[in-house]
Amino acid sequence: MSKTVYEKLKDNDPGIPKSKILDALESQDLSVEFDDALENEMVLNMGPQHPATHGVLRLLISLDGETIKKAVPDLGYLHRGYEKLAENMSFHEFIPHTDRLDYLQPVANNIAYTLAVEKLLNLEIPERGQYLRTISAELGRIQSHLIAYGTTVMDTGGLTPFLWGMREREKILDIYDMYIGVRFTTSYSRIGGVAQDITDEALNAITKFIDEFPGYLKEMRNIIERNRVFVDRLEGIGYMSKEDVINYGITGPILRAAGVDSDLRKDSPYLVYDKVDFDVPTATESDSLARFWLRFEEMYQSVKIIRQCIEKMPKGPVNALAPKKALPKKEKIYTKMEELIYDFMLINFGQNPPVGESYGAVESSKGELGFYIISDGTGHPFRTKIHSPSFCNLQALPVMLKDAFISDSVVVIGGLDPVMGEADK
Amino acid sequence: MNEERLNLIKEKLAGFGIEFYDVNGTPGIITSPEKVVDVCKTLKDDGDISFEQCRDAVSVDRFTKQYRFEVIYNLYSLKHRDRFFVKVLIPDSKKPETPTLTGLWNSVNWYEREAYDMMGIVFTGHPDMRRIYMPEDFEHYPLRKDFPLMGIPGSLRLPKK
Repeated sequence: MSKTVYEKLKDNDPGIPKSKILDALESQDLSVEFDDALENEMVLNMGPQHPATHGVLRLLISLDGETIKKAVPDLGYLHRGYEKLAENMSFHEFIPHTDRLDYLQPVANNIAYTLAVEKLLNLEIPERGQYLRTISAELGRIQSHLIAYGTTVMDTGGLTPFLWGMREREKILDIYDMYIGVRFTTSYSRIGGVAQDITDEALNAITKFIDEFPGYLKEMRNIIERNRVFVDRLEGIGYMSKEDVINYGITGPILRAAGVDSDLRKDSPYLVYDKVDFDVPTATESDSLARFWLRFEEMYQSVKIIRQCIEKMPKGPVNALAPKKALPKKEKIYTKMEELIYDFMLINFGQNPPVGESYGAVESSKGELGFYIISDGTGHPFRTKIHSPSFCNLQALPVMLKDAFISDSVVVIGGLDPVMGEADK
Repeated sequence: MNEERLNLIKEKLAGFGIEFYDVNGTPGIITSPEKVVDVCKTLKDDGDISFEQCRDAVSVDRFTKQYRFEVIYNLYSLKHRDRFFVKVLIPDSKKPETPTLTGLWNSVNWYEREAYDMMGIVFTGHPDMRRIYMPEDFEHYPLRKDFPLMGIPGSLRLPKK
């Protein structure tokens, strides 16, 4: 790790083959002739500031005419070192930071992290709390898929569906305002339960939303389903064989669009997913169009789950009564001595879970989102590893882009639906 | 993972003489760099076990004199819908090295690059052992325990005024 690539090039390191262009750049002779401009491969730099990369993804694309010969993703433009930060703060303090990972649906991150910590602490949360988490997670899934829907269509040139998607998403954010207390960075799921119980006003708003939403979904489908420009741009683009999809460790809608019905909500049910009835939609085409419609189907399933959760949700407490593990209620801290002591101890010294390792994972809208936490018995985690689906899924980009056209790259990235906050950690 | 399947895996891996451990109900094994490729080959290719996917690789810095670094592979079986961890303990703390698993799962490529970038663990035989997040000319490994949280002043070259 001593020399940079540039220095190696300067030192004429034989390890790096020099191209004609680099030769030309170094020589003083300005009259370099290429045989034919069209027969040369061109290297195109796409991003990091490119609207179609959905963040700060940088792609180096080697082009032959308009065909992509090779694509190399370059990450790290949003690397904030959250894994390092997590080691230097208590378990509770890290929850707001998880909001900033997948910022299109912060709730799933909170849930995945708290599930891992609760496994470590051996903490059971009350049923109502679990139902509330499930409702918020499914609202988050819709929220994220609406962005994927809108941006994919916008990348192919249609602006109206994007605005329709944003309009519906805005309603979810308004619901979050009543339900969680904030619109965006939720920090809803806490260690031992949720931030607060749901109000009747918020519950009515959710009921109203899920009653109306399937109708809007139908509209959103109708505007785009038989649009020839849209279908031609997506059909057969970004194809990846089932074997490749599995071997590249891909999860979520992309894996299910390749015909594998793998969904953590069914495979190893967490929260209350084993108490509700829903389907896992799959497709076999494994192209961008299949991924697009699969996300659409998942939104219908989310509505179904939310409706069942509202019906089945029992009355009762939302937070676990575990004095040395979960923070007590604010009113009690102000009025009761015991709770004040517990609050003081938890804030100052942390949870102190037993020495061990735990892995908590949820099926987020992009795939499996997990946290691997190692505890050494102190109030800080010894190591927190974030398993982010966007990072794993982006690895397939070079395979999907091989021999595609340059204009398809935009559609393929839209089909992968990466969030760079999560991929770069 | 049910008892029956765990016993089957124990039976198949009996020849390697390795230790099992537990991550909150999910089983795993502790192995060494010499054995890891063969063990994982068995785990992946054996029809009864078949862990088709490697979903993550966790790198750990224990900050001890010996066996300082660990890599934990997170395997998933789509057929049986369960998870399994493979922990590799690397004996050499000065120059941590372990063989790559890119020959088995393509997905491991970036996970190992991340582990190299963050911890400085070198995966021998890896086709593309470059940093993934930090710049190429960065000299430190930020997730090691001896790297300060605030960073090392001057370690990232900034453009001159």
